[in-house]
Amino acid sequence: MADEVREPDHEGEPEAPAPPRPVEDRPSDEVAAALCDRFADAIFFESHGQSVVYLDRAHLADAGGYLRDDEQFTMCVDVTAVDHLVDGVRHAAPGVAPERFEVVANFLSHTRNRRIRLICEVPESDPSVPSLTGVYPGTDFAEREVFDLFGIRFDGHPDLTRILMPDDWVGHPLRKDDPSARVPVTFKGDPRPR
Amino acid sequence: MSDELAGVTDPNVLDPSEDAIAEPIGSQEAAADHPFHRVPADEARLERQTGEGAQELRTREREIVMTGGTWPVDELGDTMVINMGPQHPSTHGVLRIMMELDSEEVVRAKAIIGYLHTGMEKTGEELTYVQGATNVTRMDYASPLSNELVYATAVERLLDLEVPERATWMRMMLVELNRISSHLLFQATNGMDIGAVSMIIYGWREREEVLRLLESITGLRMNHDYIRVGGVAADLPDGWREHVLNTMDIVEAGVAEYDALLSENPIWLERTVGIGAITTEECIALSITGPILRSTGFAWDLRKAQPYLAYDDVDFDVIFTENGDVFDRYRIRLYEILESVKIVRQCVANMPGGDYRVQDRKVTPPPRARIDESMEALIHHFKLFTEGFKVPAGETYTAVESPRGEIGCYMVSDGSGKPVRMHIRGPSFYNLQAMGPMVRNSLVADAVAIVSSIDPILGEVDR
Repeated sequence: MADEVREPDHEGEPEAPAPPRPVEDRPSDEVAAALCDRFADAIFFESHGQSVVYLDRAHLADAGGYLRDDEQFTMCVDVTAVDHLVDGVRHAAPGVAPERFEVVANFLSHTRNRRIRLICEVPESDPSVPSLTGVYPGTDFAEREVFDLFGIRFDGHPDLTRILMPDDWVGHPLRKDDPSARVPVTFKGDPRPR
Repeated sequence: MSDELAGVTDPNVLDPSEDAIAEPIGSQEAAADHPFHRVPADEARLERQTGEGAQELRTREREIVMTGGTWPVDELGDTMVINMGPQHPSTHGVLRIMMELDSEEVVRAKAIIGYLHTGMEKTGEELTYVQGATNVTRMDYASPLSNELVYATAVERLLDLEVPERATWMRMMLVELNRISSHLLFQATNGMDIGAVSMIIYGWREREEVLRLLESITGLRMNHDYIRVGGVAADLPDGWREHVLNTMDIVEAGVAEYDALLSENPIWLERTVGIGAITTEECIALSITGPILRSTGFAWDLRKAQPYLAYDDVDFDVIFTENGDVFDRYRIRLYEILESVKIVRQCVANMPGGDYRVQDRKVTPPPRARIDESMEALIHHFKLFTEGFKVPAGETYTAVESPRGEIGCYMVSDGSGKPVRMHIRGPSFYNLQAMGPMVRNSLVADAVAIVSSIDPILGEVDR
């Protein structure tokens, strides 16, 4: 299904298979290897025994569709994001061009009983990624939460509204430049505007 | 019609076997011919109503007919949107459900959350790894030890830390005790929501025993901060074996009572069987885990599928049912209590000796006795609890099976003493997405039962 709906304007051209990598360069994990073959810019990284694939943000939904349809990753367990604005040591896999934000999606295959994690670097100038809701409807709330708390847009999400904060809230609380205690506590009967 | 009415007024003609309700009370003709009160009370009627057997239910031959037009069912599909909550007693906290109603049938329902959002993930970024457990334990306040466990395992994986065997078994026993108390809480509130109000007394009675046991071990009834990075906070107290085994007997007796009270109760079955059914495919698509997924016939339990702690070494079964309705979710949680009792008993029998926390001075404070005699130990203790320890840069995701499903922790470290990101994947947050499909085309009263059967803890939904 994901093969048909793939956007034509993505850079990297996932339609045309990239030239196969040298054997010694291929990741030991077969799913990660398949992802790396399919998406030319994908980088495999083993993080404390877990398979992580960094890939271009344009391919996030395509990679999700591939994982679901071809690799039996039945469930997208979690979608979240990280703001790396003030990191001491910026953690990223070798070869990844770090950006301010990272969108992280964890997948679980019930049939193969294994997990994989996709990470996309998202620049501050254009914080948006394609939505996974078309492939995994269960990411609905999670993507709304990331939008609400980080201000990262999910293109194609059916109802991208704030979920935890009030609708008229200004700012995105989990960004590092949105410090806690920015809004003073209002007490009952306080004449000042909220 | 007038003959019939005359017959009713005559006590001699009245046949007790023919119920008076058998005739239409408010039909047009009757209303025209007759005043509002049909029959004055007479001797025979009084005797029939108060005599022996009068209270027995008799099947009505005809339903009561309403006068004054039909029930306002709008053919044009004119629906009404109402809000249930956030202050509704059966929304388990501050959940607000927007319901689009067609008379009493729910057309669509949407969960509006965020009323309990206190920015705990933001707070987690401002606390050291030592302080962090105090924060996460308040998320899912009905099963705080699962939160602490997933937080601790995430930090331990970043540190590449091995936990001693005794700490592992203690963690497993405590998490199972917590699963029991959480499911007992569910039995109490679920019973009350559906109308078996006495369940709130019985469920609370047994839960209180478990909380008393947890208090004797951890020092607190809830929000324990007991499972910490590197092990647990303290060793088991004296006499814990007897206390645990006695409590397990009490819990088992309680579960047998609930089973006898509810599982074959016709009113209970009427309210739960076939209500809010969901399929395995829907559950998997909506990222739903835990008892809701297992109620659809899919025996997925992380304790069996991806064993952590020492679940490999204990004998227990994964409970699952086929129908995916409110009754099955009730039944699964009831029998999971018994499986947890089984695990706890095995923990008591097999509890290994040794340390209850790692002896790595990086994460474990020096023993109290050392502080009196060693300046270095005092400084070490002070630094550990003010600055905390540093965790090497990296990221990881760990998941355990909480009473509500898969609880996960995604943690990113930059090599300092505080995490860059501490994200908890709350099972209630995702499970709440099942409410929409479950509630569709059900009655409002069933919506209460369905929300209750999801068992959401709003502290974890909103974090």
